[in-house]
Amino acid sequence: MIAQPPPKADVIARRSEIVAGLQALLPASGVISEALRLKPYETDGLPAYRQIPLAVALPETTEQVAAVLAFCHKNGVRVIPRGAGTSLSGGALPMSDSVVVGLMRMNQILDIDYADRCATVQAGVTNIGITNAVAAEGFFYAPDPSSQLACMIGGNVGMNSGGAHCLKYGVTANNLLGLRIVTMQGEILDIGGQHLDAAGYDWLGLMTGSEGMLAMVTEVTVRILRAPEGQRAMLVAFDANETAGRAVDAIIGSGIIPVALEFMDRPAIHACEQFAHAGYPLDAEAMLIIEVEGSVAEQDDLLNRIAALCEPFHPLSLRVSQSVEESVAIWKGRKGAFGAVGRISPDYLCMDGTIPTGQLPFVLRRIGEMSDAYGLKVANIFHAGDGNLHPLIMFDANRPGSFEDAEKFGADILKLCVEVGGCLTGEHGVGVEKRELMTVQFTEIELNQQRRIKTAFDPDWLLNPSKVFPLVEPPQAADLPAAA
Amino acid sequence: MSVALAPAHEGGVVEAILAARAAKEPLLVQGRGTKAGMLRPVQAARGLSTRNLTEISLYAPQELIISAGAGVSIPDLEAKLAEGGQGLIAEPPDLSALLGTEAGVQTLGGVVATNLSGPRRVAWGAMRDHVMGVRAVNGAGEVIRSGGRVLKNVTGLDLCKLLTGSYGTLAVITEVTLKVLPRAELTGSLLLPGLDAIRGVAALSSALGSPFGVSGAAWLPADAAERVPALAGRGAVALVRIEDFAKSVEYRLGRLAEGLAPFGAAALLNDEASGAAWRAIRDAVPLRAEPGDAVWRVSVRPSSGPATLATLESAGARGFLDWGGGLVWIAGPPALHERVTATALAGRGTWTLLRAPEPMRAAVDVVPPEAPALARITRRVKTAMDPAGILNPGRLYAGV
Ligand SMILES: Cc1cc2nc3c(=O)[nH]c(=O)nc-3n(C[C@H](O)[C@H](O)[C@H](O)COP(=O)(O)OP(=O)(O)OC[C@H]3O[C@@H](n4cnc5c(N)ncnc54)[C@H](O)[C@@H]3O)c2cc1C
Repeated sequence: MIAQPPPKADVIARRSEIVAGLQALLPASGVISEALRLKPYETDGLPAYRQIPLAVALPETTEQVAAVLAFCHKNGVRVIPRGAGTSLSGGALPMSDSVVVGLMRMNQILDIDYADRCATVQAGVTNIGITNAVAAEGFFYAPDPSSQLACMIGGNVGMNSGGAHCLKYGVTANNLLGLRIVTMQGEILDIGGQHLDAAGYDWLGLMTGSEGMLAMVTEVTVRILRAPEGQRAMLVAFDANETAGRAVDAIIGSGIIPVALEFMDRPAIHACEQFAHAGYPLDAEAMLIIEVEGSVAEQDDLLNRIAALCEPFHPLSLRVSQSVEESVAIWKGRKGAFGAVGRISPDYLCMDGTIPTGQLPFVLRRIGEMSDAYGLKVANIFHAGDGNLHPLIMFDANRPGSFEDAEKFGADILKLCVEVGGCLTGEHGVGVEKRELMTVQFTEIELNQQRRIKTAFDPDWLLNPSKVFPLVEPPQAADLPAAA
Repeated sequence: MSVALAPAHEGGVVEAILAARAAKEPLLVQGRGTKAGMLRPVQAARGLSTRNLTEISLYAPQELIISAGAGVSIPDLEAKLAEGGQGLIAEPPDLSALLGTEAGVQTLGGVVATNLSGPRRVAWGAMRDHVMGVRAVNGAGEVIRSGGRVLKNVTGLDLCKLLTGSYGTLAVITEVTLKVLPRAELTGSLLLPGLDAIRGVAALSSALGSPFGVSGAAWLPADAAERVPALAGRGAVALVRIEDFAKSVEYRLGRLAEGLAPFGAAALLNDEASGAAWRAIRDAVPLRAEPGDAVWRVSVRPSSGPATLATLESAGARGFLDWGGGLVWIAGPPALHERVTATALAGRGTWTLLRAPEPMRAAVDVVPPEAPALARITRRVKTAMDPAGILNPGRLYAGV
């Protein structure tokens, strides 16, 4: 079990009083406190870690969020913000003395402005919900995490989530215009708006990816984009990871930036093919999914150029999707990769480091060696254009020691990512999972600088504490100035 | 100013900050000082320039990444990137003509610290969107790194974003790692003459809402267009740009012209004319600012641009619109300050006093004052990074 700071005994002792206080602030069904109904909130997308919270609050308006946070602040109660709970790093893991504030009931689209190409939605709207709301007019919201059917825009802001198409369109941070946030003290603040580039400090940028530690997000104004005329995917198979990596370099070096450039290694290809029947090349060691956009003629032109760039690396096969259905199937395999691995292995851990793309062959070779040493299989999925690597480590939780080995293996991979010039997490966040590894990437001075910024927003460390930073006891004791 | 240091290594920056801290004396933090006339003036006994931090420590074209010292000039950086057929994405303006400073010398650190972005901002993001990593020295003399040299990174709080646009008030940026992109094979623009601001912005909006990847969208009234040779002699103009492979540019401009037919016949600007026009728009050449004038950059949602401009024109200001109508450049007598800020806020936008006589800059807000709870966070974050308050005090907000 993951270490947690000691629960606040006084808060636990006042449990029924706190629940009653929350009930007074929210609609009847808005507070959950019975053990059985708390169960679904004990974990997120990283089910290895579980903790039943003190209570769950489900506000429906920004004002209710503010009232709940002000109440918790006054009572010294820790708060865990939660969207859909799909975090893969344990970002929404509760603490036993905490109130989980879930925003799934704040699911309204508030405003869509096609002329100004933006939409304002409540934080509990799903990622796909935004695109669905604007698709009829030919628009879309660009960042597309594979979890987009479930994950919520507030959670996306919390993690600064990316997706397969962020090579061209950027991650969450690059697609936001404004936020309505509530501080731990219960103050409602507007940051940015429908315009570009607020003056003053970039609170929008700082909030994005802050993993629920600075303030709660209740409304989000996003940029919406007009969809391209069309898009088409191509599959290219290679006989070695190294050659696929060199082909990626050749494509980017030529000046072509495809909308998506995804890499899968042999185990990933096999797992995904079993699941999606997309016609992935089973004889290949590595495969690229390359997607381009534009008119049919533009697609042809780009795909021809890319095919020519791949030619010197002797691809085993090269297949251009001939129909919308075929493209959908190709993406189904990739977007369902986690689930696919889940089918061939009882359990898996999804890692999320980033490496300089040139290091891919070396890193995959090292991961292969580690896999042998640990006796655990791994499948690698890689956003090849931007260096974001997702090794999926397979294990069997019923076998004693298997999970611990998988965790150690994962930590070794992430350390390797940092060693070769990359980072611990490209899009899933630090959460609790990578908390203790932060010292691999940052100095104590740097971590304390970040802690002081957290303190500036949340002096009492009530908002999603015990995430992101290595645990020090008590968390705020690390040479932090008293709040001004 | 008694002492002005320009160390050639980060260690010198640390020493200068520690010395200033020990002496309890504020530091004026600058690159080449080309933006000293922007925002509030700083009262400081000491100066610290990053102009000599000129090493380009990494350029990996295949990884779309460059790391350079804060003192590298933007032209030098662009020259280096040109070797790899690449360029800066945010198209930072050179405002030296407007600010009366030396042209072509502004530094990477200066552009990042002010988050200055040009026309491409409307489609491809601001300077802050492409800062992948920073090294900086905070007010306690500690070296702080954030981000890294990869394109995707959510490890810890994003201090790259916090420092970008912080005007040297939180830390002294010593090195920046940027995402860069290949330069387009070709640039072309469509010019729609004779539209008023409302029709002009409607045309821009239609173009930006098309599937054709417009990377610049501006509207200039006749007198502003006159100041740009590539655009002169046609009255007011709306201008949209496409940058891509040559074949795509031709195709897309054609389709775009069809779609814009309701706004009249479009003229085509070729690569060279288009390049010249957008460089001028980037650098605010169309804006006529008389010597004693103040200059404001107002950002509103694009459809509010025309009304914002019209209100201020009727009060005696001049201006033009970029970013699809959302960026309103305004020049006029300093006395218009309240009018400009009230108009921007009425349009639910934001504003920056970019240039003004020094006494005015010292006396008025240069960016919108924050709500009290946010202002409190601002002060605390300032203290968290610069506990003694010695870095560019008062540059953004009085007393911060
Ligand atoms: C199958 C699968 C595929 C995935 N694919 C991707 C992918 O392709 N790309 C990617 O980036 N991620 C991916 N993820 C990870 C996850 O979906 C994202 O991190 C997502 O953004 C989380 O959203 P959520 O609504 O589930 O947030 P949660 O998991 O509930 O919370 C995430 C974090 O944000 C905080 N938070 C949530 N809501 C708020 C709020 N309103 N205000 C403040 N803080 C808040 C939480 O405290 C927590 O720290 C995947 C996950 C799964 C299970």
